[in-house]
Amino acid sequence: MKGRTMETSTDRRLSAAHPRLKELLFTLRRFLKNPLSVIGLSLVVIFGIIALLAPVLAPPKYPDPFRIPHTGFRIEPSPPSAAHPLGTMQQQYDMLYGLIWGTRSAFRIGVFVVAANLLIGIILGVLAGYFGGAWDEIIMRITDIFFAIPYLVMAMALVVAIGRGLKAVTIVLIITGWPSYTRVLRSDILVTRGRDFIQAARASGASHLRIMINHILPNAMYSVLILASLNIGTTILTAAALSFLGLGSETGTADWGQIISLCRNWIVGAPGNRFAYWYVVFIPGFVISLFVLGWNLMGDAVRDIFDPRMRRR
Amino acid sequence: MRPAGAGALAETRDLVTNFYTFEGVVHALNGVSVVIRRGETYGLVGESGCGKSVTVRSLMRIVQAPGRIDSGAILLFLNDSDQGAGIEILERTETYMQSIRGSDISMIFQEPGAALNPVLSVRDQVGESFRLHRMEQMIDETLAGLEESRRGMRSGSPRRLVRALQGALLRAESRGFKRFAAAVSRIDAELAQLESRDGAAARIRREALNYARDRARPRGGASAVARRIPLLRRYRRPLDATIRRHVVELLRSLGIPNPANVAERYPHELSGGMQQRIVIAMALACHPTLLVADEPTSNLDVTIQAQIVELIKDLKRSTISSVLFITHDLGLVAEVCDRVTVMYAGDVSETAAVAELFARPLHPYTQGLLASVPKVDQREELSMIPGAVPNLIRPPEGCRFHPRCPRRMEVCSREKPPAVEHLPDHWVACHLYPPAVRKAAGGPT
Repeated sequence: MKGRTMETSTDRRLSAAHPRLKELLFTLRRFLKNPLSVIGLSLVVIFGIIALLAPVLAPPKYPDPFRIPHTGFRIEPSPPSAAHPLGTMQQQYDMLYGLIWGTRSAFRIGVFVVAANLLIGIILGVLAGYFGGAWDEIIMRITDIFFAIPYLVMAMALVVAIGRGLKAVTIVLIITGWPSYTRVLRSDILVTRGRDFIQAARASGASHLRIMINHILPNAMYSVLILASLNIGTTILTAAALSFLGLGSETGTADWGQIISLCRNWIVGAPGNRFAYWYVVFIPGFVISLFVLGWNLMGDAVRDIFDPRMRRR
Repeated sequence: MRPAGAGALAETRDLVTNFYTFEGVVHALNGVSVVIRRGETYGLVGESGCGKSVTVRSLMRIVQAPGRIDSGAILLFLNDSDQGAGIEILERTETYMQSIRGSDISMIFQEPGAALNPVLSVRDQVGESFRLHRMEQMIDETLAGLEESRRGMRSGSPRRLVRALQGALLRAESRGFKRFAAAVSRIDAELAQLESRDGAAARIRREALNYARDRARPRGGASAVARRIPLLRRYRRPLDATIRRHVVELLRSLGIPNPANVAERYPHELSGGMQQRIVIAMALACHPTLLVADEPTSNLDVTIQAQIVELIKDLKRSTISSVLFITHDLGLVAEVCDRVTVMYAGDVSETAAVAELFARPLHPYTQGLLASVPKVDQREELSMIPGAVPNLIRPPEGCRFHPRCPRRMEVCSREKPPAVEHLPDHWVACHLYPPAVRKAAGGPT
């Protein structure tokens, strides 16, 4: 008897692991076959390593590591040199330090804001989509209000109302970001809810909560997950835009938007030499672009993997 | 209405279900009274949109919004204890219904491909019936198995310790289920006693009991915590294995070849006939007293159709008590059913034993239906019923069939005909057969 139970249990493990393992390998192969997804993933991984190793790559000088060290108060940026490999910004803030620690801020904002958006979006989307009725009406009208006001203008107004700073920007991006998730999830739930297998689950005695979690969400989640992965880049761009407009972090904080804001007076260069300060424009711009590009390529890859219509091609 | 005859299993009385749509109120059921007896295969036939599906969905209380059961009664006589008055399910709570659905009454859906969740494997899907209704039994079996395998191990060996921990947590869960079952049966017994009594005190007590039943949950003590912790959660693995064993057994008993392999597959990997078998497996997992088959074969080709019908007939003989068979295929009715009800536009037209109905159709609609079935030696053109099914937002007054009826009379557009037992156990609702013919009055049985 003992031998038999053992055998069936290993048997079960093998046959249970088998299709999933196959599925995982298929997904991986699919992912690795597409050079763009590989580039996206490597970019995100490289930035992730930079963020993790920030204290090693750029040892902080102040107790608050997000304050960029600066040598002197000379207004004019200085070009790359041995002491400042990527040059300095206005007031001699070190560019390299700012960019490295700025990676951390970017991850924080991007991932945290999108995760919070996703959470709010899913909860409200489920309320609206599954329970419907008055909930649906109220939540959808609120999203309408959000969509009616231009995104950046609303974000700016809210940041000013709350008070400047990186924290305010994060809160505002969370407040303004969820409606699109809610809408997408709601529509997917409405489609799934009408399908026969939900009725079948009802007829076999499953409770509403169980139907929601076991039957509807796994079928309706994909679009929202794809939207989230695509939105990380956009979120970081918006945060940078707000900082650039002077609504974000304080002067001298390691945040990419802040860096661009510090450099904006030098974009046009000097009379006679329009490219005199190319490094203050080109370097942070390039880094932000790479970061956003990495996330967007990853988002595309996630879509290719999850979307059943794209998957088996 | 006279009380249902002995041996009734489920009964609807003057059931009215309406759909409140944007265009207006769809009067889907216009006072439907049917009785399903213990041990019979009962057919419900009619055109599309005549209310067959709405009747059974009302019976299980799963009418989809914007539909609502507005009046009437639905009685269940599931076991001997409630054989007297029956359980009036419209007065019971949703939690109570959830405990009945899938366990005492279960349903096979029309389109097997759509009735299966695409993201769950067959094992998870069929296993859900066990998880919902047979958890206690599953845990106890697992515990017995654990005990046995533990006895063979050295004392103090780490694996034996793991088994002991698993056993302790499962036992906690089992105790929770036992307490829950005891509480529920206590409440149900008292509810059954109160059912026949009127008065404010009884009503308040009934509400309190229903509320208590709704709040009752199996509480598993330590296991409730362990279930939420990632690594500890694995204590349930032997339980999963037990459930899987039951699923495989069930699939094998339904004649599915290589059940262990099929259990691990996803619905889209199976053929239509196989999918329908899985749907049937889900419905049969808990040995229902009443199996509702909502056009189980209309989307399958004829060979598979024959196999599925044969399967349902076999199962009826061996495991299920009664089958409610919904179809628009009269040939299938003749093949499968014992008794049959013909419905038209939300009304019951005629109820009789199958042979009787085919031999002596009384209602003009039934006569028209039977005349429009093609016959093997037919030479002339197929006869048909003129007109179309009425719009149920503004259904015809009186008898809903009268605009299309070849034998309509003046009274038909004024009054809804009552159901009359014109011949022994042959009920018909038509003004051609006035109630005076026989002295029995009331609904069909």
